[in-house]
Amino acid sequence: MTELCGVTLRGPVLNGSGTFDAIAARRAFGDALLDRFPFDAFVSKTITLEPRQGNPPPRLWEAPGGLINSIGLPNKGLDGFLASDLPELAALPVPLIVSVMGFSRDELAALVAAVGARDEVAMLELNVSCPNVETGLVMGADPAETALAVERVRPETEKPLIVKLTPNAADPAAVAVAAQEAGADAVSLVNTLKGMALDPKTGEPWLGGRTGGVSGPAIRAIALEQVAAVAGRVEIPVIGMGGIATGRHAADFVAAGASAVAVGTESFRDPAAGRRVAAELAQLSLGGARRAPASTTV
Amino acid sequence: MTEPRTLAPPERRVARVSGVERLGAYDLITALDRSGPRDPCPGQFYMLAAVDAWGGGVDERPYLPRAFSFARGRVEGDGVALGFLLEAIGPGTERLSVLAPDESLALVGPLGVGFRLPARGTRPLLVGGGIGAAPLLCWQEELGQCTVLLGFRSAAHAQAAALFAGTPRVVTDDGSVGRQALVTELLAKELDEDAHVTVYACGPPAMLEAVRALCAERDVPAQLAMESGMACGFGACFGCVVPTKDGYVRLCVDGPVLDCDLLETAL
Repeated sequence: MTELCGVTLRGPVLNGSGTFDAIAARRAFGDALLDRFPFDAFVSKTITLEPRQGNPPPRLWEAPGGLINSIGLPNKGLDGFLASDLPELAALPVPLIVSVMGFSRDELAALVAAVGARDEVAMLELNVSCPNVETGLVMGADPAETALAVERVRPETEKPLIVKLTPNAADPAAVAVAAQEAGADAVSLVNTLKGMALDPKTGEPWLGGRTGGVSGPAIRAIALEQVAAVAGRVEIPVIGMGGIATGRHAADFVAAGASAVAVGTESFRDPAAGRRVAAELAQLSLGGARRAPASTTV
Repeated sequence: MTEPRTLAPPERRVARVSGVERLGAYDLITALDRSGPRDPCPGQFYMLAAVDAWGGGVDERPYLPRAFSFARGRVEGDGVALGFLLEAIGPGTERLSVLAPDESLALVGPLGVGFRLPARGTRPLLVGGGIGAAPLLCWQEELGQCTVLLGFRSAAHAQAAALFAGTPRVVTDDGSVGRQALVTELLAKELDEDAHVTVYACGPPAMLEAVRALCAERDVPAQLAMESGMACGFGACFGCVVPTKDGYVRLCVDGPVLDCDLLETAL
């Protein structure tokens, strides 16, 4: 059992927001998905106040050891989410964490108030870091902006607030400290790293959104360093993620200070990756002493 | 009508490669799936990856699994022998094309929705372009005897026509097999003679768009098995969207077979 911000989870493995659509997965896998649910808590795809179509395709580019995506936060908007998605997500066998993103602090506050008021929701995650949408302002890149956002939404709910940190910041640990001081209950990191791919034929950006976010094993070393740096500066729980594909990787993030971990891109390769990572991590924990790392330079 | 969607187990599993067959430009890889459903619907697809040496090629690719409609699904002993037709054109298909018997193939599936039965009062008409012949093979097996029109680049590619029952009509881009023509020319002639058909088509985007336009102007029902780059195959990544009259839809969960009526364009 894992306790995260006062919520009891059966284990420490979550999904990264936007890397698993439990509603679509249930269409593909049926109720077997619920019987063998891959995560110990489920984090929704980010919702915004208004519906969004997302970015024009192409949206994906396979990168060395990973993926660049430019999805653009397609979602049904707050009303559509509450009416059609929330009842289905409430049927999942694990606590629900809803990810929200606003294009202003007031919009974020409205989302937090509306979502936080629902009994089906155990916690909220503030997406202040998505690098794909042309807001002109990435709140999570700046400690002061992050503090203002968290201070604005904090009074809107008593439920735990997780701030999802972006790795595309000069000092992610300073942003984490600012989030903590403004009332965040936990931080999660990393979101995707900004990236780009060019069409080999034209030399123009391949992705419809021109730039995208890099995820997968390619970013694991960077994520691990940022998790360690953040965990060294804050008292609140840290949820670590970035290229986790095995229990050994998860154990590394725990050793770096994470209280829980999330599996993202690896779920694209295997929908049961979260369950496998949890089992492998439990096995390693039983083993006690840390074994040799999976790879070294020697 | 319930949609033609056989549910997949919610995890990646391993199947043993039981056969590899070279067919000119293509490879037909057969794997014995002993832990998945025995009744996938024609038009559905699987996400495939080699268990060994998946990654570490040029640019450290492949990393993600690759989506393939199954071309054959025949119950065999305690499993189903799944046949996949592929052409080595990139790091993923190159690795899959050199799979050897007894090697392990990782798969998730069957995924997506398959072909729906012909509209009332119509006969099925199958139209394939290149590797797009794959899902039409198992659909023909299920439908029984039906007209099949196929277009290929060259004689090497046209060898895939031999997989079909009966005598499919074949044209090629270079005239090396059949006439030098586009398969849509055959389709236009068929529709002119008898438009009481439901068209099932799979092939490259330009061909599918030509099929869509031909069928739309004649009010002929048509179902297109479409393709788009996918990371996951089960709706998680939102990467495989195509534009429709209802906005973007994910081909992996709402397709890959889409009704022509839903599309402004198949490009």
